This record gives sequence, C-alpha cells and structure tokens, in this order.
Amino acid sequence: MIVSRRGTLGLRVIALGYLAVLLLIPVGVVLYRTLEPGLGEVWRSITTPAAVHAFWLTIELAAIAVPLTTAFGILTALVLVRGRVRGKRVIEAFIDLPFAVSPVVIGLALVLLYGRQGWFGPWLADHGIQIIFSVPGMVLATIFVCVPFVVREVAPVLREIGDEQEQAAATLGASRWQTFWRITMPAIRWGVAYGVVLSTARAIGEFGAVSVVSGKIAGETITLPLLVENRFNNFDLAGAYAASGLLAVIALGTLLAMTLLQRKGDSAT
Amino acid sequence: MSAAPATAGRLRRRPRAARSTSGSGALGLGVATLWLSIIVLLPLAAVVAKSLDGGTGAFWDAVSSRQAVAALRFTVLISLAVAAINAVMGTVIAWVLVRDEFPGKRVINALIDLPFALPTIVAGITLLALYGPTSPVGINLAFKQSAVALALLFVTLPFVARAVQPVLIELDREMEQAAASLGASPVTIFRRIILPSLGPAILSGAALAFARAVGEFGSVVLISGNKPFDTQVSSVFIFKQIESDNTSGAAAVAVVLLAVSLLVLIGLRFVERWAVRHDR
Amino acid sequence: MISATAVTKHYGDFAALDDVSVDIESGSLTALLGPSGSGKSTLLRVIAGLETPDAGTVVLEGADVTNLPPQKRGIGFVFQHYAAFKHLSVRENVAFGLKVRKRPKAEIRAKVDELLGIVGLAGYQERYPSQLSGGQRQRMALARALAVEPRVLLLDEPFGALDANVRAELRAWLRRLHEEVHVTTVLVTHDQEEAMELADRIVVLNQGRIEQTGAPQEIYDAPANDFVMGFLGPVARLGGGLVRPHDLILAQHPTDGAIEAQVERVVHLGFEVRVELELAGDGELAAQLTRHEVDELELHEGDIVYVKPGGRVHPEGSALTAA
Repeated sequence: MIVSRRGTLGLRVIALGYLAVLLLIPVGVVLYRTLEPGLGEVWRSITTPAAVHAFWLTIELAAIAVPLTTAFGILTALVLVRGRVRGKRVIEAFIDLPFAVSPVVIGLALVLLYGRQGWFGPWLADHGIQIIFSVPGMVLATIFVCVPFVVREVAPVLREIGDEQEQAAATLGASRWQTFWRITMPAIRWGVAYGVVLSTARAIGEFGAVSVVSGKIAGETITLPLLVENRFNNFDLAGAYAASGLLAVIALGTLLAMTLLQRKGDSAT
Repeated sequence: MSAAPATAGRLRRRPRAARSTSGSGALGLGVATLWLSIIVLLPLAAVVAKSLDGGTGAFWDAVSSRQAVAALRFTVLISLAVAAINAVMGTVIAWVLVRDEFPGKRVINALIDLPFALPTIVAGITLLALYGPTSPVGINLAFKQSAVALALLFVTLPFVARAVQPVLIELDREMEQAAASLGASPVTIFRRIILPSLGPAILSGAALAFARAVGEFGSVVLISGNKPFDTQVSSVFIFKQIESDNTSGAAAVAVVLLAVSLLVLIGLRFVERWAVRHDR
Repeated sequence: MISATAVTKHYGDFAALDDVSVDIESGSLTALLGPSGSGKSTLLRVIAGLETPDAGTVVLEGADVTNLPPQKRGIGFVFQHYAAFKHLSVRENVAFGLKVRKRPKAEIRAKVDELLGIVGLAGYQERYPSQLSGGQRQRMALARALAVEPRVLLLDEPFGALDANVRAELRAWLRRLHEEVHVTTVLVTHDQEEAMELADRIVVLNQGRIEQTGAPQEIYDAPANDFVMGFLGPVARLGGGLVRPHDLILAQHPTDGAIEAQVERVVHLGFEVRVELELAGDGELAAQLTRHEVDELELHEGDIVYVKPGGRVHPEGSALTAA
C-alpha cells in the first residue's frame, strides 16, 4: 500500500537482478562447468586417493571441532544469560572476536604459539608433539573459527524462555544437572541445532587459517578446500570444479538444514 | 510448598545463587573464561607480542612499508565501498523478501544464506567461472580491483539483508498508515518513518560486513592475482609475509588489521545502545 | 458530510462489508458500533482510504474520494495502538503533518504548542513516546491528527488499549474536545456504553451489514431487532418477548399477567441488585432491581415471586437476529 505497483515491481527487479548477477548465475555456471565433463569424470575426480583423504580429513576436523564448541557454547550461553556473577562482560566482549579476525591472522597466531619458534615450540619439540603442519594445529584453527556460533544461537533463546521453568524444577527437587538436561536442553535444542549446522558449515569450509597452519603436506594435511586451491594452481580446472562441486553440495545440504531448522525454531516459540 | 530437605539445605546454604538453577555460577564462568582464553585470547596475544618483537621501531617499519600501506589502504577502501553497496542492496533485498510476494520467494530467501554456507575458496572459484578468463559471457575481471570487490560483495551479501529482515517484519505498519493519513507520500514515509527504524539494523549489518571484508582471504586469493600496489589485500599480504618467514612483519600488519575490525565492532556496540534508547 | 454508498469489501471468502451505506452529518460525532468482525473498522478504514472497497463510493464534503489515497483526503486518523512515531519527540510527532505540508517553522511551533495545550500535554514537547503513558500517547496521537486541521476525524477504537479508569476519563475528555473543536468525528467501538455516552448518532453493524442507525436513546428504546437490543444492553427473555432486566417488576403476590418464579440468588452489585430467578415453566431469568426495591420486597433465596414486564416488550425473532 505504501509503494505503488510500479515501485514494487521495480524493487523486485533490482533485488532479483542483483542476486542473479552476484549469486545465482555464478552458481549456475559453476554447476554447469562441474558437470560438463560428465558425472563419471566428476566421480573419478573426487575419488582419487588425495581427494578421499582430503574429504575424510575435512570431516574429521569438523567432527572434533563442532562437538567441542557446541558443548562449550552451551555452557558459555548459560553463563552469559543465567549467570549472576560479574565478569560476564569480559566473555561477551570476546565471544564475537573470531568474527573480527582474518583467517590468515588466526593461522599466524597458532604458528606463533605452537610453531617451532613459538611460545610452546621448544616444550612441544621436547615432548615430540607436532601441532603446526599437522592435524592438531588444524583442529585448533577450526575450533577458533567455530567458537561464536552456538553461543550466539542459544543465548537469545535462553533469554526469551526465561528461567521460571528451571526455578520450578528446582522447587520440585531436581538437581542442577537434571534441570539442565530435562528442562533447559529441550527448550534450546533448535537453537543448538541451528548453531551446530552453522559451525559445521564453517568448519568444513574453513580455508585461510587451515591454509597457514597445515603446511599443505600432500596426503596428510590437505583438506577439501585446500585441495580445490591446489588443483586450481596446478591448472587442473576440472578437478578443482569437481572438488568445489562436492563442497557446494555439502553447502546446499547445510542451507537446507538451516531453512528447515529455522522453521522449526519459529513454530516452537 | 514443602521442598525436600536437600533442596531446602541447598537454598539455605547459598541464598544468592539459589536462582542459578542450571549450571552457571562461578565454576561455569571459570571454565568458560579458561576455554575462551586458551582458544581465542592466547593466540591473539601471541600475535600482538610478536608484532612488537623488534620494538615499536620495527613495528612501525613493518606497518609503514609502501607495500603494507598500499595493501591496507586498498583493503579498507574497498571494504567500505562493499559495505556501503551491500547496505543499500541488502535493504532492498530485505524489503522485497518481507513486503513482496512472488513465486519462488521462499527459495530465494533460503539462498541468501549461501555465502555463509559456501566455503570461501569455492566462492572464489564460482565467481572466477563467470567473471574470469573462461567467462561464457566474455566478462573478464580477473586480477582487477573490481574482481576483489565482486568477491567481497558475494561473501558479505547476507549480513545487511539478514539484519534488516527481522526489524522490517516487526515494524508497526500503523506508523506508516498514520504518516499516510497525515499526508506523507510513500517516499517521505520511507525516508522519515521506515528508514530511521531500520537504521540501527542496517548499520549493524554493514559493520559486520566491513569487519568480514577487511579480513577476507579465501574468496579473494585466487581472483585478485595478488598484484602488489594494485589488487593486493592485507590478508594476502600477511600470508605472503608468513611464507617469507617474516612473521614479525606479518604480525604487525595483522595487529593493524585487527584494530580496524575491532574499532568498527566496538562502534557497533555504541550504536546498538543508542538504538535501544528509543525503542518500546 | 460523509457519504458511504453501497460499500462492499471482501477478504477472500469473508465479507467484511456487504452493501453498506451510511450518511454522516458535518460536525457530528458518530459511533460505528458492533462486535468483532462486524465490519466497523473496515468501514472506517474505507472512509479513510486505508482500504479500497471492492464496490461502492465514498464522498467527503461533496467530493468523490473513492479513488484517492489517504494522503489526499484531508482526514485525521487515530489508531487503537497509537501508532506513535517512536523515534520522534512528542513535538516532532505532532508537527509531522505540518512539516510534510512544508508550513513555516514559526507556524508549526505555535500550532504544536497550542494543540499540546488543548490535549493537556503542555510541557511534554521534548519527551519521547516511550516516556509517556498509554493515555498520554493517545492524546498525543489526537493532537497529531488535529494538527493538520482535517475535515474529518476518524478514531479506530481509540481507548481500547487503555485501563478502565483512563478510558472513562478520556471518553469524557473527548466529548468536551468535540464540543470545542467541532470536527466531524467518526468513532469505532465495540463498547455500547462508550457509544451511548459519546455519540450524537450510532450506527450498529453486524456481520458486514448495518442493523440500525439512530440517536442513542432511539436505538436503546426502539431496537430494530433482537441483535440490536441484545448488543446495546442486557436482555431477559419472558413469555416470547425480550425485555430489559430493569423493566421487570417483581411482586410477592400474583398479579395479572405475571409469571411465577423462584428466587435462585440475590447478587448485590453496589447500588444495583441482580435477582436470578427460576421460572415455574422452566427457564431462567435475571431481573435488575435497586437496593431499595429489594429491601422493600424483603427478597430472600428460595422465595416465590411473580414477574411481569413493566416496560416495553419486544417480540422475539425479528429479522436479522444474531445467532
């Protein structure tokens, strides 16, 4: 009612046009290019030993980082929203830090801590522990980037539902753990699920930090995203597209999960 | 209501903490802080420490080298431009998604999050496919500054749109109707009634977009060609320094980059507080 | 003079307004009264231009405005939930319509101060809506609507969101304001007491149609049908007709035309007393008496009394009865 018919149409065209040029058409072109050599070729490309290793390594990193950050994310959200202690401000301030830090800087930071000449370098060398240029370092990098997601999704939900139900449970004799597991968890589960999906997508797609920390050792520390870059730089365009395609499929799966969970979250409130 | 003796005892023992019924309190705070410190703060502290490895003189030298300055200037300027463009386009997109109806709207709405879900390196390759040397429509922006802008526009697309959407949904339509009944034209209504309400959300989204853009690496690294003094962004510059084993130089520039992001995010906090003042 | 003629509005299958015609005299205060879903708000919004009718015309002071947007109709509109411009001060809210018309600053300032004085918000210029109470916000909204000197003032359940005592206060205040300012005013309400107190004329709507139009007393005393009678006040069913509970006469002894009943309950409601009766021939009835009358009759639970109507009885089953 406030915008005329022509205005509405005009805005729609501008918005969709922008999305087409920036998002839709490029994605379409990549999908086309990826499938151009034929599905058989694509399959061959993503089942090479290097690709298979990269795939599983990527999954492994996510499988470690996401549960860890989820657990601590829920704890942190509880502290931030339900806690009655001072010092939460500090946590609040730092929880969004990973968003402000360039992935390359994250990698650099980890190298400076755990690399041969880093703060813990000598100690790690003495004990034969390899973090940089090895999987543990990549795990740390992945954890770093995943830190904010679950907290940011769970905290608002906690705030919204209030703690009356938890108080009621306490008056009925439930221990803190029972209250958490039976009352709090069910209430926040969609927020948690959404946060898990977001951090999984982030973990799988992480490039910059892992790039610095991994040393790109063939067959050992190359994740799927690193493989894409690798193949591109070696002029194996089709191979790069194939690996990208795999990542894109995972991303679309993530999008689907996000959309479904958003709806679940909406209808639950 | 008679509480079980155990509960009564607990309540008596810790009167103040009786309200924190599900796992918070000092222990929780301690664990959370420890976790954050080890994972996030310690690494960043190492960067800051390393940047001052050779004293403030070395820090300044590293940061003021011609190449570092050029990269930083390019990064900040292009990120500002991208944030501004997506502030406008994000608002338009949010408007269309909330106020308009057309077939396929739900799909489009879901796709807005694609840049969040897609690995940055894949984003880079995707844009390269359409706007690079092998472009089917003959547009080759590879190794140009506009290519960097394109990549940054892609990865920061959702920020403003997603920030504005919920505000737009909650907006009191009656305010617009009241303004119309008082004689305001649609443009005036948008300018004086709607925009002020959306302002904080747009700024918030734009600030996050800017913070993301200045640090962006994966989507830019392939398409920019990394030409010093031309298309080199700070994140790639830092990467090159690391490769050349100049970690203290890298750390110095990293600290500057961090400072820029943090300043923007802190500014954001103030904007949010200001916005709450009027809201009820 | 406002004329809405043959206005029809559908939302999908639902008929909000069905061939509604109404004429409103200049300078009067008219109430559109009806239950939820009766179409009263829709009719108001059609007059305002906030809704476009599927059929029918709206004429304001001789000009056909049916196809004009609200900006161009010269109306003032007040919403139930105030629709205050939250990010603007009280002064800026009230000044909005004048600013949009590009009036000179000095004129705007003077007008705003004058209006705020009239609505009792003098000194509140620099406050923000979030700092005002509900009643104050609504008075601000009224000042804002009046600032542009509308030829018609339209109020959509303006007191619906306020506490009962604030409501009563503002009701009286609105009537006084109308006497002073004399703008043609149309008020939508579901509260019959409000309509009776404020309006010169009442238009009763039900399910998208007009049931009756007339002065408050007219409609109360001579309702056109069961619905109007039931909506405007309490009714009691007696012997195939509808009668007002306060028109019932109770006696301890049988009289001509009276029906036997037993007193179930005597409920004291301050000055009034509700006497709940069980009729002999099966059926229940509630009569309304004054304390004085109850004392005189010495009524107690379980007593047998004889009821007959003392006022007009309206035969049941007139056309267009609500279910």
